Amino acid sequence: MTARKSERLLNLLITLLVARTYVAKARIREVIEDYQDANDEAFEKMFERDKEELRSLGIPIEVGHVDRAFEDEPGYRIERSAFELPEIDLEPEEAAVIGLAARVWQHAGLASATSDALVKLKAAGVSVDRAALDMVQPQLTAEEPAFEPFWEATRTRTAVTFGYRRNNEAEVITRHLQPWGVVSYRGRWYVVGHDTDREATRLFRLSRVEGPVTLARRRGTYDVPEGTDLRAVTSTLAPARADRTGVVLVRQGAGFGLRRHSDPVEGDAPEGWDRLAVRYAAAGSLADEILGYGADVVALEPPEVHGEVVARLRALAEVAS
Amino acid sequence: MSGARDQVGRLLALVPYIQARQEVPVEEAAREFGVKPAQIVKDLNVLWFCGLPGLGMGDLIDVDMDAVQGEGVIRVSNVDYLRRPLRLESSEAAALIVALRALRDSSPTDVRPIVDRTLAKLEVAAGDAASAAAQVEVRTTARDVALGPLRTRLADAVSAGRQVRIDYYVPARDESTARVVDPMRLVTAQGNDYLEAWCHLAEDQRLFRLDRISQADVLDTPVDDHGDVAPRDLAEGIFRPSEHDPYVDLLLEPYARWVAEYYPPESSEELPGGRLRMRLRAGDEAWLVRLLMRLGSEVTVEGPPEISRAVHRAATAALANYM
Repeated sequence: MTARKSERLLNLLITLLVARTYVAKARIREVIEDYQDANDEAFEKMFERDKEELRSLGIPIEVGHVDRAFEDEPGYRIERSAFELPEIDLEPEEAAVIGLAARVWQHAGLASATSDALVKLKAAGVSVDRAALDMVQPQLTAEEPAFEPFWEATRTRTAVTFGYRRNNEAEVITRHLQPWGVVSYRGRWYVVGHDTDREATRLFRLSRVEGPVTLARRRGTYDVPEGTDLRAVTSTLAPARADRTGVVLVRQGAGFGLRRHSDPVEGDAPEGWDRLAVRYAAAGSLADEILGYGADVVALEPPEVHGEVVARLRALAEVAS
Repeated sequence: MSGARDQVGRLLALVPYIQARQEVPVEEAAREFGVKPAQIVKDLNVLWFCGLPGLGMGDLIDVDMDAVQGEGVIRVSNVDYLRRPLRLESSEAAALIVALRALRDSSPTDVRPIVDRTLAKLEVAAGDAASAAAQVEVRTTARDVALGPLRTRLADAVSAGRQVRIDYYVPARDESTARVVDPMRLVTAQGNDYLEAWCHLAEDQRLFRLDRISQADVLDTPVDDHGDVAPRDLAEGIFRPSEHDPYVDLLLEPYARWVAEYYPPESSEELPGGRLRMRLRAGDEAWLVRLLMRLGSEVTVEGPPEISRAVHRAATAALANYM
């Protein structure tokens, strides 16, 4: 059955591709054996389904009029320029780059999309020798189950509805979004778009999406505003720059994590201790880090960090007793 | 009936693939298209019933079935109208372009112009299908770039089956140790890259976060055979306590809820005001005390009392530094 249907689909495709102009439905029925054998109703059904199936492969079937004088007779064709992959002439090194790129995605769906693209390029005569280039291979992953529906929605400009749990909140709230784009940052995926409940631009972390993501039935119902810069919208994701400096004492043989963003600094240190200048972005998170080292790190400067560490240690010593 | 759709899709690439190369071994075609050789033969059997409308003499596509059966080689002719593959779909173009951009961002400056030229050519060939890629942004951080060479070196060690000596920082114990590992695979989880390996120091399977490896030397020694040691399933997260680890009961204030995201609890209970009660298995008391010290008043230890006492001792000892 599969073989017979494949033959029919391929013969239909060839008929529409080689025709110089639109082919009338009656003519199509004449040249495809299965269509001749079917009764009128069965033919109509089969023909509709076949067209849909070819379109789902990305084949552009156009509808027009066979004869301008008789506008009631529809015809079909496949425009070669819309069907064929244009010439692509790649140097061996460039082809190797394509080969390496095809291994970047670790996400099943996207990995198969890239390998399908690679097969088409090879069919266009590109030969891929990855060994031609010795270079670092980055990996793109998307662990979040919500990634696939948001990727699809973004690509087809389809509004979505989903449950979202904000950081440090228990409640899952239903949100409505027109996705503009998906962004990966530090191994996590985010979606940016227009939140139609809040009438504002919003950013959502996909790992906090709960339950299914529902795509609206109609696609292409909105436009991404001209000049939208995803990079700018997501700049809030970047951690604050560690442009402040504090001073700490670190016990020798300890505090390795802290030492990674510290430098030795002039000044007194007791025997067995190092005096270090530590770079940090926010006083609160430096205090967190220092507290994690317990008695191996002592906060000296600035006073706000010193004060916070001491206050929190006192609270811990009291509560726990 | 998706079988026919897939078959037609494959043939639309296979026919130009063969024509671009005159003749192609069945084995090679099977490998390139990710199917069994028998499937390629089935595909070819479909092909030779196809051709120009009417399918009269001279209209059919010519497939040399003798060569397929005999030499295992595919030759096709009389099919000039299928010399080019289908255009890229927007999902294919977007996935490949995004991958190329990621490759560009992580490549050394002398390779970047090659990637840029490839991207430009691909975008032209993809046409409108390329536009969807504009809606995907992969922000490569300095950290990602810095880890690139290490990742590549480790990937090579994995495929070559060689041992690696690493210096690894363990935050839970605040120590850096040199160890020899048998690398198994590189994996990304919860936003971080890890090397999964057999650790000769721990004599167990371990995950090593790449940004905590300060030094890595690939050795000439081949990796040991660890028999049935399989990569861990990370679907439940990186933190995987042993069933022998003791319980600790914690009451998290809203700002400490992230703890439950990072360290999946055995059980948890929502409380009014966004607070969360959770039960966690924690084998490493030192690690737990460090975590609790960081969290301070955002967390209350409800049991066992030894943990509260350990936190108290740690806080009192630290406080003594300020007296």
